[in-house]
Amino acid sequence: MSLKKERVSMPTQDPQERRKTFTEVALGYNPDMAADEASRCLNCKVPFCVKGCPVEVDIPGFISAIKEQDMAKAAKVLKDKNNLPAVCGRVCPQESQCEAQCILAKKGKSVAIGRLERYTADWERQQGIPDPAKVDAKARKVAIVGSGPAGLTAAADLAKMGYQVTVFEALHTPGGVLMYGIPEFRLPKDVVQQEIDYIRKLGVDIQVNAVVGKSATVDELLEEGYDAVFIGTGAGLPNFMNIPGENLNGVYSANEFLTRTNLMKAYRFPEYGTPIKVGKKVAVIGAGNVAMDSARTALRLGAEESYIVYRRSAEEMPARHEEVEHAEEEGVQFLLLTSPVAYQGDESGYLKSMVLQKFSLGEPDASGRRSPVPIEGSEYEIEIDTVVVAIGQGPNPLVPRTTPGLILTKKGNILADEDTGKTSRANIFAGGDIVTGAATVILAMGAGKRAARAIDEYLQTL
Amino acid sequence: MYSICKKETLAPNLYLFEVEAGRIAKKAEAGQFIIIRKDDYAERIPLTIADFSREKGTITIIFQVVGAATRDLAECAAGDQILDVVGPLGVASEIENYGTVVCIGGGVGIAPVYPIARALKEAGNRVISIIGARSSDILFWKDKMAAVSDELLIATDDGSEGRKGFVTDILKDVLGREEVAHIWAIGPMIMMRAVSQVSKPSGVKTIVSLNPIMVDGTGMCGACRVGVGKETKFACVDGPEFDAHEVDWDLAMKRSGLFRHEEKMGMEHKKGGGACKCH
Repeated sequence: MSLKKERVSMPTQDPQERRKTFTEVALGYNPDMAADEASRCLNCKVPFCVKGCPVEVDIPGFISAIKEQDMAKAAKVLKDKNNLPAVCGRVCPQESQCEAQCILAKKGKSVAIGRLERYTADWERQQGIPDPAKVDAKARKVAIVGSGPAGLTAAADLAKMGYQVTVFEALHTPGGVLMYGIPEFRLPKDVVQQEIDYIRKLGVDIQVNAVVGKSATVDELLEEGYDAVFIGTGAGLPNFMNIPGENLNGVYSANEFLTRTNLMKAYRFPEYGTPIKVGKKVAVIGAGNVAMDSARTALRLGAEESYIVYRRSAEEMPARHEEVEHAEEEGVQFLLLTSPVAYQGDESGYLKSMVLQKFSLGEPDASGRRSPVPIEGSEYEIEIDTVVVAIGQGPNPLVPRTTPGLILTKKGNILADEDTGKTSRANIFAGGDIVTGAATVILAMGAGKRAARAIDEYLQTL
Repeated sequence: MYSICKKETLAPNLYLFEVEAGRIAKKAEAGQFIIIRKDDYAERIPLTIADFSREKGTITIIFQVVGAATRDLAECAAGDQILDVVGPLGVASEIENYGTVVCIGGGVGIAPVYPIARALKEAGNRVISIIGARSSDILFWKDKMAAVSDELLIATDDGSEGRKGFVTDILKDVLGREEVAHIWAIGPMIMMRAVSQVSKPSGVKTIVSLNPIMVDGTGMCGACRVGVGKETKFACVDGPEFDAHEVDWDLAMKRSGLFRHEEKMGMEHKKGGGACKCH
């Protein structure tokens, strides 16, 4: 059989149709497409792709099972390492991880591992997810703070080892950024819900409305009888630019804009009680994945024009290439080498316009990207109804502030070992965005997985 | 789920719920708030804790019907279950023995000022409480306020009880007649701003409890941004109490009206015939 050079593309909804709806953009492979794409995998003896996966999925293993048309086996191999495969198949930046390591990437196009992962997870979900195998229960108890990707992964892995695991979630729904942040059209909430249901089936107890640091501190959890605590509270503090007019009505943080829309379902207001206000012209500040999500959400909420405003050039945009492409197809416009310096409002305090300044690129900065340099006298004003500030998030201070003895970084992140999640306190582990600053779902999951292993080792010494 | 063990109608459109919430009651302190969400369709509503009983494991909230979310919440009866209650959130009031303190509650603001007055009294302060409302029939908790105050003064807009006028009229008299170390004022924004203006010349430290638009209540969304001094603060994690003399009242008032149009739309929308979903 000759090697197929081209990846099998995944069908998507028509851009002009999908920009009006919150239903999922990417439609997934059908069985023929999956078989075709799986047949491209060379099943390398030394699979570099696995090294590129933060949660160590046996990638050739599950793809081989697809080739053998044994989907149940494919799902089992996948889930052996990855507790959230339907999520990862949709939102992982595979192009810079497993797929970047694929041997075919050097010769042409890598195997579409992410699409096959999604196909496998979706296949299993449609069949009805089987109950997990029973494990011997251990007496030790672990508390997990935060039910985002890091917390859920740590919880699931520890439950698979037999530990008694309780997850504490501040919001009314578990899932963290998977529920409040990433939009429905990219990650349907019933997909996330089913992954969480599976984690519950592993024996994990999830308590919502539990704000650790407020309703109980980490030390109180330890006193209550938990033998170890994992902190995975994420990057839950929105950054603002501190420029004039930023508190006008109509300027949202991306967290607020997306939480209202995704978690509170404001796109179905007034059937759902939480409102959102979006005018005709929306500007999103920043060019990461959260910014793309916000700009595309704005279109779906009825904006006529949606802009990405970014102070560097297209090359430096931190968003996944696919997200930028999808945004462009849907009609999002890009104001590059441009950044706001002030917002102006009317007498009632509503945003009316923004003053933008042009930038040029100078020498590379600490991030390795060419630094933006403002061009004096280049300011101009445009009318705008809504602004969404998507320039990153800092660590939420609720847990660090109330946990004495926990050493923090200068930025307020928890200092933890990258390989183990160990913090300055022996029975407290941490991972995900609260340690690294805002990053990706899969990196948080990798941290959760490594911490689960280290927690297991620690608990065995007790 | 959180069970409503008592419901009282204090005045038209003004309700008291006592809710079983053991974990919250265990940790609650004066000045803190909770967020309540009646069912899956409901908005998250922040409400300052009006009372709590660690023994019974209950918290008390008092709310006025101002929009669709509070209207629907008011439809619940004793015995009904509420889907979500989270807290205690925010920073507790700084309670110490200051000497003579004035606690001002306006309208529904009487509820959150009560536990503060009680805590201040327990800490040894001489507590002068001033409560006010439009009219006598919507004044509540006079007895409870009296029980934790050395002196209770009342103002009504229409003069149906106590002094005819505003709480600020009484405050001016009190500030004129004696040395006051600290003031707490909770009520409608316009009242809190008026108190701030009255107390500012005297320099008496004045604390207000702000209740801006909020979503998560844990510092995540920044909807509750408040201008305090030269800084932007988040009322949910930095507050809800702030130094009244530092608050940017103009900004706070404008931000509170952000969804006024949507609130009207919400009120007009009666989902499923408006039946209470918690039955």
